[in-house]
Amino acid sequence: MTLKIAVCVKYVPDATGDRGFADDLTVDRDDVDGLLSELDEYAVEQALRISEEADDAEVTVVTVGPDDAKDALRKALSMGADKAVHVNDEDIHGSDVIGTSAILAKALEKTGFDLIVCGMASTDGTMGVLPALLAERLNLPQATLLSEVSVEDGTVKGRRDGDAASEQLEAPLPAVVSVTDQSGEARYPSFKGIMAAKKKPVEELDLDDLGIDADEVGLAGSWTLVESADARPARTQGTIVTDEGEGGKQLAAFLSAQKFI
Amino acid sequence: MAEILVLVDHADGAVRKPALELLTLARRIGEPSAVVLGAGEAAASLAAKAAEYGAATVYVADGPEFDEQLVVPKVDALTQIAKDKGVAAVLVTSSGEGKEVAARVALRLGSGLITDAVELEAGANGPVATQSVFAASYQVKSAVSHGVPVITVKPNSAAPETAPAAGAVENVSVAFTGNAARVVSRTPRVSTGRPELTESAIVVSGGRGVGAAEGFAVVEKLADSLGAAVGASRAAVDAGWYPHSNQVGQTGKQVSPQLYVAAGISGAIQHRAGMQTSKTIVAVNKDAEAPIFDLVDYGVVGDLFEVLPQLTDEIGAR
Repeated sequence: MTLKIAVCVKYVPDATGDRGFADDLTVDRDDVDGLLSELDEYAVEQALRISEEADDAEVTVVTVGPDDAKDALRKALSMGADKAVHVNDEDIHGSDVIGTSAILAKALEKTGFDLIVCGMASTDGTMGVLPALLAERLNLPQATLLSEVSVEDGTVKGRRDGDAASEQLEAPLPAVVSVTDQSGEARYPSFKGIMAAKKKPVEELDLDDLGIDADEVGLAGSWTLVESADARPARTQGTIVTDEGEGGKQLAAFLSAQKFI
Repeated sequence: MAEILVLVDHADGAVRKPALELLTLARRIGEPSAVVLGAGEAAASLAAKAAEYGAATVYVADGPEFDEQLVVPKVDALTQIAKDKGVAAVLVTSSGEGKEVAARVALRLGSGLITDAVELEAGANGPVATQSVFAASYQVKSAVSHGVPVITVKPNSAAPETAPAAGAVENVSVAFTGNAARVVSRTPRVSTGRPELTESAIVVSGGRGVGAAEGFAVVEKLADSLGAAVGASRAAVDAGWYPHSNQVGQTGKQVSPQLYVAAGISGAIQHRAGMQTSKTIVAVNKDAEAPIFDLVDYGVVGDLFEVLPQLTDEIGAR
């Protein structure tokens, strides 16, 4: 039996660019280049490793996003994923994470899966809640924030390192997992992989295909309302001194004046 | 007054500081009630502590489920209490688990969700949360427009203030839904005796400039003299010099202390994303061109192995 692994990925604005907001207070995607969220590369990597360990497996990458989001899918395909699903619809623009999770859940149901693998968070919204929302919507166990993951005999196992303790988790498939940046270095696409990716199938879906009403998602269907988004005044540089033997004492004087010591 | 449900995070039988911050913030938007889950015999003392910080009611639920299963039992309990009591908002600490619990509660309540708030105030249409986004280059104010607002708040967003309240304990019997990942084993993190990174008022972090695992000794000594937590940049963690649990940055912990000391850290965007909301920033770096100096309130261009020990001695002498 083929082990069907679905990986949820996100196309995000490059963090080294100048990120900002458009007039409707959604993320401005025109002013800065996008790319596959770095934290999702770890998810693709773990999905590929699990598929390589399995007798027979298939890895499908799934994304919700505008036309450019195809770049994120191509990256994942060039790393070695087998096929891709792209949910793209004008009415999705402005969806919050609750709306996005509804769209992804429907897309995943349509695609079929035994295991859903996500990154620990996106590098733009950084909420880290999408995997939990998918588990809730699809009524699946969640084994999330794993720094180690494996699948054996229909069970997913992994290690979750929390603040207070490190936990070994187990859940029967089907399940949702998310992996951290400690799960294992993501591979670079090979030239062969990049060439092969161009021929791999990318299925396009819109809201109609998923049976979702436009007013359930997008900015209008969002359950949170952004009231304002203001650029913080850049921090102005404070005092800089060069150590000529007294640097530690000078710093102590500053900390004392600020009442830290 | 509107009842605000606060999930009280606890460890080793004690209330964790961010929960006291939540109770303090909750008083700005209504009357706080505390929820204490899976505390066993410690429940009574946790409830007393919650009362000291303003909880009029403390809902207590216990059962092996809270220890044996991931996330879902807490979701079951919070959702049930929120529905039964018709609360006006639900507040949870922004930790990895806290955010997951909040997300699933929001979905079950049919509510909007806000994560990583750094400020909370009462608004015309319910609580308004401030978030710091895009490596703290923007401040966003949001409200929940649908359902009971579910909001997670980052540690260090408010100073805990006592406000003694009734703290009437109400035992709750939770109907568990199951279908959760099972916790097979749990290894408690060995305590360093230092404050928890995200909760500490002062953080001293080391980066590439520390040069080796042994080099962190000077960072730790300074941290101990200040009663601070120790952080590390991704470069230092990837080099194996310090544990990942101490990593500050976009893919590590986001910290927002009163004082952040960056030693031997250049200040790449990924690191800045994790510490830029710190109130006061101090850096020591040999490279005068390091981008971290753009952010600092006070910077010393110099060798951290000279500057840090001298600073530690000065603090010791005061």
